Amino acid sequence: MTQAVFRARRLTKRYRMGDVEVHALRGVDLDLYAGEFVVLLGASGSGKSTLLNILGGLDTPTEGSVFYGTDDLTCGDERRLTRYRREHVGFVFQFYNLIPSLTARENVALVTEIARAPMPPEEALGLVGLADRMDRFPSQLSGGEQQRVAIARAVAKRPDVLLCDEPTGALDVTTGVLVLEVIEKVNRELGTTTAVITHNAVIADMADRVISLRDGRIAGVKVNATKVPARELKW
Amino acid sequence: MVSASALNRKVLRDLRGQWGQVAAIALVLGCGVAAFVMAANTIGALRRTQQEYYDRYRFAHAFAHLKRAPESLVGRVAAIPGVSQVQARIVVPATLDVPGMVEPASARLISVPDRPAPMLNGLFLRTGRYLEVGNRGEVLVSEGFARAHRLEPGDSVTAILNGRKHRLRVVGVALSPEYVYQLGPGQILPDDRRFGVFWMGHTDMAGVFDLKGAFNDLTLTLAPGASEPEVLRQLDDLTARYGGQGAYGRRDQQSHQFLENELNELRGTALVAPSIFLGVAAFLLNVVIGRTVGTQREQIAALKAFGYTRWEIARHYLKFVGAIVLVGAVLGVSAGAWLGREVTALYTAFFRFPVFDFALDPLVVVLAVGISVAAAVLGTLTTVLRAAALPPAEAMKPEAPVAHSRTLLERLGLYRFLSPAVRMMVRQMGRRKVKTVLTAVGIALAVAVVVLGSFPKNAIDHVMETQFGVAQRQDVSVSFVEPTAHGALHELEHLPGVTRVEPVRSVAVRLRSGNRSRRVALTGVPAAAALVRVMDVRARPVPVPADGLVLSAKLAEILGVRPGDALTVEVLEEGRPVRVAGVSGLLDDFSGTTAYMDLAAVNRLMREGDVITGAHLRADPARRAELYAAVKNTPRISGVNIKRDVVDSYHKTIGENVLKMRLFNVFFAAVIAFGVVYNSGRIALAERGRELATLRVLGFTRGEVAGILLGELAVLTLIAVPVGLALGYGLAYALIRIAFDTELFRLPLVVSSATYGFAAAVTLASALLTAWVVGRRLTELDMVAVLKSRE
Repeated sequence: MTQAVFRARRLTKRYRMGDVEVHALRGVDLDLYAGEFVVLLGASGSGKSTLLNILGGLDTPTEGSVFYGTDDLTCGDERRLTRYRREHVGFVFQFYNLIPSLTARENVALVTEIARAPMPPEEALGLVGLADRMDRFPSQLSGGEQQRVAIARAVAKRPDVLLCDEPTGALDVTTGVLVLEVIEKVNRELGTTTAVITHNAVIADMADRVISLRDGRIAGVKVNATKVPARELKW
Repeated sequence: MVSASALNRKVLRDLRGQWGQVAAIALVLGCGVAAFVMAANTIGALRRTQQEYYDRYRFAHAFAHLKRAPESLVGRVAAIPGVSQVQARIVVPATLDVPGMVEPASARLISVPDRPAPMLNGLFLRTGRYLEVGNRGEVLVSEGFARAHRLEPGDSVTAILNGRKHRLRVVGVALSPEYVYQLGPGQILPDDRRFGVFWMGHTDMAGVFDLKGAFNDLTLTLAPGASEPEVLRQLDDLTARYGGQGAYGRRDQQSHQFLENELNELRGTALVAPSIFLGVAAFLLNVVIGRTVGTQREQIAALKAFGYTRWEIARHYLKFVGAIVLVGAVLGVSAGAWLGREVTALYTAFFRFPVFDFALDPLVVVLAVGISVAAAVLGTLTTVLRAAALPPAEAMKPEAPVAHSRTLLERLGLYRFLSPAVRMMVRQMGRRKVKTVLTAVGIALAVAVVVLGSFPKNAIDHVMETQFGVAQRQDVSVSFVEPTAHGALHELEHLPGVTRVEPVRSVAVRLRSGNRSRRVALTGVPAAAALVRVMDVRARPVPVPADGLVLSAKLAEILGVRPGDALTVEVLEEGRPVRVAGVSGLLDDFSGTTAYMDLAAVNRLMREGDVITGAHLRADPARRAELYAAVKNTPRISGVNIKRDVVDSYHKTIGENVLKMRLFNVFFAAVIAFGVVYNSGRIALAERGRELATLRVLGFTRGEVAGILLGELAVLTLIAVPVGLALGYGLAYALIRIAFDTELFRLPLVVSSATYGFAAAVTLASALLTAWVVGRRLTELDMVAVLKSRE
């Protein structure tokens, strides 16, 4: 864990919400290293989602710099950011965001078709334990299954980084643990740098590093000497 | 009250939030209203003006032309039960020599009382004065002719009357209900330069035409409740021995016939165009209101929780719909009034009334608003009622997730060849079959509207081409004052520049089959005619056998006869012989009800020698002026028709109007295409915004996402275009059946490939432009928000 995949310095993000100016990030310095599993922990409004969005190329900071390798993510060039997302990032959303008109396999294929060196959709779905449900539509799958399809969709292109935004937020404990196990497995077996944002402190125990955010600033960084396997988590 | 106005404010904000769609629907609706207001208002104005004119100026109910009858006959005609008033007069065709015009013009001279007196077919004097007793050669001239030649009281023209040149002095310009639509002999369109009506004092005219104490034309009005057929029959009997050419009613009076025909065509417009537009508008409203209600389920639940009643909620959404209808109606009524003004101005060039003004009829406006409200209610009521009936608890929950299933295509295993993006498209269409089909139908209608608006030009051009380019190869047609011996042809052959002459024998007859009958001109054509050939609308020669009749298919339809059947031919000339002739063939022609026969056969039928009534001439173009001058000075000739003039006047009048009409249709089609595509695009964007934003997050480019959003519309448009072309063809056929298949005109169903191409291009261009407008909205997709929101 010597090579920094992401290097962010003095990240500031301000935006207007109606007539109010919101200070989402107030000078964040952050490095993420290849292959590590990071949990960004914080309450709602702490700035964790903004940070993830900037790392994912969905948003640009008001001030400061953020590099992915040598790629400057502050450039604001929409085309370059799209290419960056397409080639390097896998996203997992709180509400899965599957395409309802496509089956599980097709949802994955949607991404593999535009990726450079993807794994077959079947392999990705096998990885998340859904080999037998590949031809179901989202409306025919449970919430946990839908989220696993979303993970398969995110990892099938062999991304360099997997960004998960409250992946268990809409799930019950048992299903949530199942989903976390899959993310853990992807990080371990594929070596994908993984960042999970959550307000659930329990999840922090499965990370290599836990970065706590409060009020737009990093409130603390904790390195877990031993990671707790996902299946042992309870909340 | 406070809460009610708060809801009203919500209506306004909802409207503003979807202003693009609101505007698109209002525009489509407005087009329908405009077409209706224009047509219905013009029908009303034309009908009212016609009625008032007919009543005030005593337009006759029955007409009869004869050779010569003593004035004593008038009393006997007046004694026919049911006859109210009778007017005897002299009506004679003449050739005119108008200063500044090389070619001769045709005129119809009509005698009027010597002193101003109430008369049938009364004259409205536009300028000048009435004739003065004792002033010979004074005439009143019809307004169209006076305008075309800038004739004013005091000017004069030269006419050949009864073989002698006469100077006619214009003392006034007049209009008659008998000549609202004024068509000269052989003309297919009014041409005010080449045909005029002149009114002359009865005594003066009787002197010129040796008809002292006699007359040759009768017009009469009927008492209320009189039986027209019975009066006509008795009139016919009375005039028979005076060379009566058959009595007829208003229905067969040319001017009246054309006016009625126009009203009929307008009725078609008033029916067809608004139906198309209002249908599309109803569909669009249905889609938009469905979408609005769908996204506002939680708001509806909240309102219900606050205690709003079903009716209050339904009323809220109906207000939303009502506002759109209001905007559309205001737009439509204003545009319709403007169009009505344009059309009225156009009509004043064809129809001559003392006063014909445009006035917006409040009843038409009420009716227009009424039918647009009806269309809107029809399109939205079920959706609104369903929304109002939602139980609050259920409405709080988001709408049930969209369930997808495999489509037929998929079960056939064809999906292997499709990318996921294409599958998304196909399944989306498959899931909303009705909406998909209606969207395609909407776009197809846009294509059809262009075809419908453009094909009349193709059809008329085709008629002009086949009739005046292929079938008719003469330069000039002349008719004689009266039937003449065949030898008169030699006289014509010696006119300057004439290279070929072909005789015509035309006889006024009444064809009868059982109780059906029609007055027609039976035309005798020489065997192997080369100048004017009998051809159908497709320019196929139709042989006229040595014996038997060739009838217009329309005439055969009216008489209920087929080839092989026999017809009674009642000759309406000298001696009135009644004969029998067989129908040997039918002719699919484009105008009038004509009957052809071999010239020799006509002579045999009439038991006369080689008699002709006119001729077609072919002449050296270089010597045209000489020929015209000679024709003007040939006493025997009473009517002249120059083919080139007919064609020129067609191009001048119709060409311009057709172009205008086409522009309107392109606009209408663009509105439909825009309305349908824009709405579908915006709704798809609203419904699938989350899906599309997800794709953007996953690394799809803006172009790829636009492709997924608009691909569906592109596919629908591409399917809709050929469907629309076929639909246009079908509607053109229907329009021909409704409005252009009359005794006067029959348009052939001709649609040129240029028209098809144009219709497709107009629609594709509108769709493309609209897609671009919708596509620009994709930049506003909020990728961040989508990650945080539940559907």
